[in-house]
Amino acid sequence: MIFSFDLLVDAIVSGILIGAFYAAVTAGITLSFGILDVVNIAHPGFIILGSYIVYIISLNLGIDPIIAAILVTPAFYVLGAAIYQVYYVSFEKRGQESMRGLAFFFGILFITEVSLVLYFGVDYRYVEARYIGPTWHFGFVDIPLRILVPCLVSLLLIAALQLVLTRTFIGRAIMAVAQDELALRLMAVDPIRIKRIAFGISIATAALAGAFLIIIQPVEPSVGREYIGRVFAICVLGGMGSLPGTLVAAMLVGIVESLTSTFYGPSWAPAVSFGFLLLTLAVRPAGLLGR
Amino acid sequence: MTALLEVRNLGKRFGGFVALEDIALSVQPGERVGLIGPNGSGKSTLVNCICGTLRNEAGSVHFDGRPLDGSTAHQRTRRGVARTFQLPRPFASLTLAENLRIPLLYTVATRGGMPHTASHIDARCLTLLREVGLDGKAHRLPGDLTQVEMRKLELVRAMAAEPKLLIADESMAGLTHSEVEEILILLKRLNEQGVTVILIEHIMRAVMSFSQRLVVLVSGRKIADGEPNAVVREPEVERAYLGQ
Amino acid sequence: MRTDIFLIVSLLIGACVYGLAATLGNDYYFFAGYVVLQYVVLATAWNILGGYCGYVNFGSAAFFALGAYSTVALYRFHPMPIPVDVVLGGVASGIVGLGTGYLTLRMRGAFFAIATLALAVVLETLVVNWDYVGGSRGAYIVRPETIAPFGSYIKYLFAIMLLLAIGSITVARLIERSRLGYGFATIRDDELAAEASGVPTLRLKLVATTISGALMGMAGAPFPYYIGYLQPSSAFGLDYAVNSIAMPLIGGTTSWVGPLIGAVLLGSLQQIATVTISSAVNLLIVGFLLVGFVIVAPNGIIGLVQKYVQHRPLRQVGRRHIKADAPEATP
Repeated sequence: MIFSFDLLVDAIVSGILIGAFYAAVTAGITLSFGILDVVNIAHPGFIILGSYIVYIISLNLGIDPIIAAILVTPAFYVLGAAIYQVYYVSFEKRGQESMRGLAFFFGILFITEVSLVLYFGVDYRYVEARYIGPTWHFGFVDIPLRILVPCLVSLLLIAALQLVLTRTFIGRAIMAVAQDELALRLMAVDPIRIKRIAFGISIATAALAGAFLIIIQPVEPSVGREYIGRVFAICVLGGMGSLPGTLVAAMLVGIVESLTSTFYGPSWAPAVSFGFLLLTLAVRPAGLLGR
Repeated sequence: MTALLEVRNLGKRFGGFVALEDIALSVQPGERVGLIGPNGSGKSTLVNCICGTLRNEAGSVHFDGRPLDGSTAHQRTRRGVARTFQLPRPFASLTLAENLRIPLLYTVATRGGMPHTASHIDARCLTLLREVGLDGKAHRLPGDLTQVEMRKLELVRAMAAEPKLLIADESMAGLTHSEVEEILILLKRLNEQGVTVILIEHIMRAVMSFSQRLVVLVSGRKIADGEPNAVVREPEVERAYLGQ
Repeated sequence: MRTDIFLIVSLLIGACVYGLAATLGNDYYFFAGYVVLQYVVLATAWNILGGYCGYVNFGSAAFFALGAYSTVALYRFHPMPIPVDVVLGGVASGIVGLGTGYLTLRMRGAFFAIATLALAVVLETLVVNWDYVGGSRGAYIVRPETIAPFGSYIKYLFAIMLLLAIGSITVARLIERSRLGYGFATIRDDELAAEASGVPTLRLKLVATTISGALMGMAGAPFPYYIGYLQPSSAFGLDYAVNSIAMPLIGGTTSWVGPLIGAVLLGSLQQIATVTISSAVNLLIVGFLLVGFVIVAPNGIIGLVQKYVQHRPLRQVGRRHIKADAPEATP
């Protein structure tokens, strides 16, 4: 293939846009795995669940998918808090999170996917919105609105989460809970409650990420699996538990994937994130922007 | 006499935090050395660097005349450096006898000289457990043990590796007066058998009665090293512990 | 029981199983039995790393598919006798197991688990893009109708899988009772303490990933002949990954008996359920059983039996070291 500057710039721009979306997808993992040390491999499952719920709501009520997702976040928050409670009582308290806890989340991922297959089948589903379809052209760079809108809302989400984590009492408690549970207890804060809240927030972001996903591409139940390698690669690459790091790493992965699919073909893109993950783990375990 | 353990210019940092700086320490064969220092002074970090759990960026550790640098924790154990952990870390799914079997199989047997038969190993485990009075619980799981029993298991597992040097990291924290006495007797007996012991401890009474020499760490630096009674009277040591 | 006697007894039991299936006079039992036996191998292989060492492998499907696709690749080159496929499939998967272990085992266990999950996705990507083995279209393997002295070919495949199952159980049992098995248990319990006791943890973990990966590949090697038409989606099926975790965890992870019980129970249940209800529903059942068991019966069926029948002390599994709330005494 002849190297083309146009294609390169176009690929980089779409990589950045999709990267912002990846950051939203990963934000939940950054909270649960990065900060709380809960290896929630079921997170992509919750994202797909979010996509389908947004799909049903926007189909039946005719409202915008992002608004629908915002309406759903409280329910996801409660779901997340409940799951953390089960996880805490069954695994963390017994000291069995390393194997049985992982199997638990794997089981949840699996149950989510199979239930969706049973209920919706394996056909692709998509949503309708005004911004799905039109594309803005800037010279040779094409920016489809169905990617730009999720990208912008993703950036808002990351910014909001970062504000919560750094500026509010709860947020600081969340950041502290992983470092020093004892200190929190001394301040009469229940670390389990803080973790429950954080995990609830983490799952709540999955509702929004699910909406972004189904806006960007049609969704079927097994799509989530592709995101497992990607989100963990981004989380590790971003230095575990840092939202700004997550954003930068997500854009990096987005750009490399976009270049790969432009110059080698889209069927190779899933291998990129795994390559990143392995490289990061092998070469620089603290992540690119590690602490 | 050449030193058994020779630590030279050892340095360790965690990110920007300097945990240990320019530590020099020399321990003679058969010596009983006490290592003290306030919380966070780097005692455990030093132990971890000597035992290979952490890698030191600067300096070197020589043991028995040869460098330890670059070898992994298990290689160091096999060379003859055994340690206990500050919080006991038993193998929770193995019985007490099986806990002792591990150093026998993986350390003593690799040095040769120990018969491999199962009955010999079982007998050795029981003998060791008897030394600390745990033989009655040989087939129980560590989860059934009390605080002091757990600490004894931790010690006897290190002893089972037949070390030349035993580093006991706070083996007595949280124990009663008489329990501390028990552990001290155990360590002294071990020392009489020719094992060099470094005792890291907060309980001054225990350290003072045990140690022939006292080393003091403060904020990652060695500030004193010498005869225990003289060391505790040094103004710098007094200041570190009482002053400010 | 000594290993040689154990092996003879298992071979006799195996012969009885084969005889029983043959007297039923319907090849269906061989087809169904093959799948159950395949799960016995997968579950046992998973447990060598997962149960003994405490490292969770989510990528069983990848290792299984690697075995299956090495057979396809060989078949395209030149059809070989299945035992050769089994050995080569085992070698290929063992090497990938070693490589995955080498890259990830220096990290905490969670990273290994995540890497294996991603490994499945990547290997599938590679296979989909590899035209020699059929790419996304899949590959046909022509299965001979009959083979001497078994008669129908499925009987031959069944016999091979039976031997593989017996072999892997024997390996697992051998490990359990050896120095290696004790080393694995210390890795599961506490790696720092293991190193301090002289256990070369990294090397042992690599031994475990290699053996476990190799056995999974061996289980996958005859699969193209069983299914006749191999597609990436069937070789990399999520049901392999789920079952090979669910079966040991439901059966019990501390001994070779657990995966065997889990695989026979769950495997048979699924074979019956696939006939009576849809296969998706039956996978859903496996998912719920897995989640239910890890919450309610952490030591699996073996644990339940020990608890209610023998009153023997349970061997706790999992990384647990007792938290000593020792107050820091100041001098």
